[in-house]
Amino acid sequence: MTISSTLAPADPQTKQGTQIQLTDVTKDYGLAIPAVENISLTIEPGEFMTLLGPSGSGKTTTLNLIAGFETLTAGTISLNGADVGNLPPHKRNLGMLFQNYALFPHMTVAQNVAYPLRERKVAKAEIARRVAEVLELVQLPGRDDNYPSQLSGGQQQRVALARAIVFNPKALLLDEPLGALDRNLRGALQAEIRRIHREVGSTFVFVTHDQEEAMNLSDRIALFNSGHIEQVGSPEELYRAPETLFTAKFLGDSNVFDLADASFDTQVGWEGETWSIDPATVSAHPGVLSRSAVVVRPEDVGIVHDRASVPPGANSISATVRDLEYMGSHRIALLALGQSGQAGRARIDALDSTLALGDEVLAWWKPQRQRIVAA
Amino acid sequence: MTTTLEELDGATPAAPARRRRKDRGVDPIPWWLTTLGVIVALYFILPTLVVIPLSFSADQSFQFPPTEFSLRWYQNFFTNPVWLGSLGNSLLVAALAALLATVVGTAAAVGLSRLTGRLAGFARTLLMISMVTPAIVVAVAIYITFLQWHLTGSLGGYVLAHAAIGVPFVLVSVTSALGGFDPKLLRASASLGASPLRSFIRVTMPLISRGILSGAIFAFVTSFDEVVIALFLRSPTFQTLPVQMYNSVTFELDPTISASSSLVVVVVTAIFLVPQIVGNRKKTR
Repeated sequence: MTISSTLAPADPQTKQGTQIQLTDVTKDYGLAIPAVENISLTIEPGEFMTLLGPSGSGKTTTLNLIAGFETLTAGTISLNGADVGNLPPHKRNLGMLFQNYALFPHMTVAQNVAYPLRERKVAKAEIARRVAEVLELVQLPGRDDNYPSQLSGGQQQRVALARAIVFNPKALLLDEPLGALDRNLRGALQAEIRRIHREVGSTFVFVTHDQEEAMNLSDRIALFNSGHIEQVGSPEELYRAPETLFTAKFLGDSNVFDLADASFDTQVGWEGETWSIDPATVSAHPGVLSRSAVVVRPEDVGIVHDRASVPPGANSISATVRDLEYMGSHRIALLALGQSGQAGRARIDALDSTLALGDEVLAWWKPQRQRIVAA
Repeated sequence: MTTTLEELDGATPAAPARRRRKDRGVDPIPWWLTTLGVIVALYFILPTLVVIPLSFSADQSFQFPPTEFSLRWYQNFFTNPVWLGSLGNSLLVAALAALLATVVGTAAAVGLSRLTGRLAGFARTLLMISMVTPAIVVAVAIYITFLQWHLTGSLGGYVLAHAAIGVPFVLVSVTSALGGFDPKLLRASASLGASPLRSFIRVTMPLISRGILSGAIFAFVTSFDEVVIALFLRSPTFQTLPVQMYNSVTFELDPTISASSSLVVVVVTAIFLVPQIVGNRKKTR
């Protein structure tokens, strides 16, 4: 496409995007605990990195530190190796997208998008050309003379996106940009953002508390939990190989079996059941030795009516079917597990009619499909 | 792909920014309220209805209604260097005082809007204090201070004193304008490469311009018809129009005052109409 070639700057380094490196970053507002403590994270050039976490976990603070809206208490932030810790935001050359769009209400669409170019004293003809080009990139042509109040939320966020990338920033920071939109529009704009990330090829740092959005968009996810990073990895790594219980619970549903005894070798015990473990599924997290838990995803759990039907080598536990949730493409069996009746979930076929409420069954899974994580 | 996205977006157009206010079954205004309104309005307007016809009188005295009409008092006003000079002084003082008050008041409002806590509250009270202090107290205080500073009877003295009483008006109107200003816009502006000063000029100022303008107008008018402080600061070489008007009735009983009063009414009314006209033009754009 011609757009990417014309939007891309002459500098080949920025064409592939910018590396953002956070080293031992701390932000302390003087409250009980620091908002962010000793975070180190390297975001590779051209990468789509999502900072995911519950509210108050420090993900937005981290983004604001990268943008320069907050000052560092300790640590360094560098862009392509150059320390920017003391640079004010307007000198960092980073584009930013806000949840409430933050369009200038007194300017038209074209004036909004031209704003960063005018600040950089780009020639008028060049501004007109680039504004038209970027509005086409975000699929919003012919709206140049509209004011933001005349556009829908989705259209406003596209204008904001155009404005944030038109000056070829070193990276694009996105602060929950889809949070204010309804579900359908979110999906459409997610696809849009992915496409633009591919076409522009620059580094994107995306903040969200929505795990589905994070998995859908990201090359890698940094999962935040009360001021530190819990785990960094691809969506698949975080989902399939969580290192901690927090990660396992935050991304997707899990059956969690807390282990009283952490000294396991080839087997673990839970409520009298003995389960074999695959060494490859034991998380490398150092915390694993103090307290740990077995985590099994609902889609990895099978249900049979008698012990003889449990496949050889599988781990199993007795269960009672408490409820069946119809989800369209599948059903979720809500189970009471073991003697304690701990709540559990298993994903079963939508057409499976062999299960009924109150059935005494056995839940089973392969040892390779379970994870042993730090609790 | 394009069409589906367009459909999704186009399906929910933003509510029109300028929606006509609908007549919803409001209770009719009772007759006594209408009467009261008219009486109050007359109370405010009547003096003007006396002064303006009087200014066109041909009589040497303040007889009302005038027996004969002429423009002699206007002619007198515009040919007498004392009257004309004091008008010029008043306009100059009011313009400079309004300018100074607007700059200081706007800066204070923007600064204080980002601060909370006791110190900010104290600073705000300090800036507002001239609004609640009796004019004579302010006048005496300024007089004593300016005597030491050798500022009495000078243009600079008038401007400083009138700017001080104009600041609260600017502070109040700009503060309320800032209430509707989204500070996220400044972050957006910074992320787009604009320095704080550039952001203020290109984003903050246009969006709070109504507040700045109405504050400036109040400051101008406050200075233009201020008489107590001006009486203390007057000198034979420099006096403002209200002081000259005061002189003309206390010492000479000169009917030219009716012409000058009418001019003041017209000037002040015209100035207050400015934001209305500017606002309407913006809306129709």
